Amino acid sequence: MVKRKTKNLIDINDLSIKEIDDLIKVANDIITNKEKYSKKCDGKILATLFFESSTRTRLSFESAMLRLGGNVLGFSEASSSSTTKGESLADTVTVVSGYSDIIAMRHPKEGAPVVATRNCSVPIINAGDGGHNHPTQTLTDLFTISREKGRLDNLTIGLCGDLKFGRTVHSLITAMSRYKNIKFILISPNELKLPEYIKKDVLDKNNISYIETNDIEEYLKDLDILYMTRVQKERFFNEADYIRLKDYYILNEEKLKKAKKDLCILHPLPRVNEIAIEVDNDKRACYFKQARYGVYIRMALILKLLEVK
Amino acid sequence: MNIDAIKNGYVIDHIKVGNAMKIYDVLNLNELDCQVALITNAKSKKTKVKDIIKIAKLVDIDFDKIASIDSNVTINIVKNNKIIEKKKLELPRELINIYKCKNPRCITTIERGLDQIFVLTDKENNIYRCKYCETNLEK
Repeated sequence: MVKRKTKNLIDINDLSIKEIDDLIKVANDIITNKEKYSKKCDGKILATLFFESSTRTRLSFESAMLRLGGNVLGFSEASSSSTTKGESLADTVTVVSGYSDIIAMRHPKEGAPVVATRNCSVPIINAGDGGHNHPTQTLTDLFTISREKGRLDNLTIGLCGDLKFGRTVHSLITAMSRYKNIKFILISPNELKLPEYIKKDVLDKNNISYIETNDIEEYLKDLDILYMTRVQKERFFNEADYIRLKDYYILNEEKLKKAKKDLCILHPLPRVNEIAIEVDNDKRACYFKQARYGVYIRMALILKLLEVK
Repeated sequence: MNIDAIKNGYVIDHIKVGNAMKIYDVLNLNELDCQVALITNAKSKKTKVKDIIKIAKLVDIDFDKIASIDSNVTINIVKNNKIIEKKKLELPRELINIYKCKNPRCITTIERGLDQIFVLTDKENNIYRCKYCETNLEK
């Protein structure tokens, strides 16, 4: 096994609050002083290993590295990799770590990044593993909340949609539970409720107050943040269940009349029907900004893991 | 009911009622060529009723497997008709290659040569989670 001190980012809890604060500071500085960072990763290579396709996350990582002056290589789906020839994940990652300085990996199987880090000599960033973790989306969410609300504490956060399989939701709850005076309103159909282990291990353990409801309008007036999620077809084994639940919630301007004027509406994207197009023109809609911010926080993360000053 | 005392072997005592069969299965006791007695609903001073397993041979036993089912048992190791050791068990920090993760989305379902590892995350409630996907272990 390769021994090294370099950190990976597999789970958002791999980062302390101080480290997250530092990343946010750097990301803010990148937005203000883009030129200063444009050659920081000159000569460095990011490998994007996407065993499950995700155009948005992959392009965000690639944009981040290119904006830092680095280069990128990789594949965008498992069929383009040696997996189709029967190569193990551990072997693929070991080989690619010889071709690159840092790896961003997405894999449909949960826990894949833990396996990937075993024999890897360069930092690995988990770009999503099944329904499990997606820490850079959480960093993006935290950065967006910080920019839009000016704080990460004293917030009432509504999470709406697929709270069962939605890894972004699980990671965000875990991350936000470390800040003071956070309340969660968990809005989902019964079939897609937040898993018990997250309630027990994260919310109850940290004495975080939360309310579960299946009515999106009931608590809308109390929310500082509304985090909408898509019901993901790829997480269902039964298509009938997906069809029944996919349009359970649709946020529109009519519903938003009840919400605070400074509500911040987030969505990890891609959006399907859960946010009506008309909401895009509402100044409370922050989800496209959120996608942009994702590039800057990934730039800050790459700099940190590569230990580039 | 009378079950003969054993000359050499193990008496797994104070098993919570209902757990004896699970221990029998996890230890694959059906594969042994010696006498094995499984007693359920035996009288107990402490807990009123208990299960007991007697194995009439000093075979190799993975005590972590027993602990993963019921860590409150007492294991009497018998040699030449005498109890030479009364063994108390503790929940192991990790269970390696004893159980398989039942999450169909877990990386262990496809990656070759991967140990099945479950990590103790809640000692009080005997809860183990898959090291990779963090799914709770169902025994």
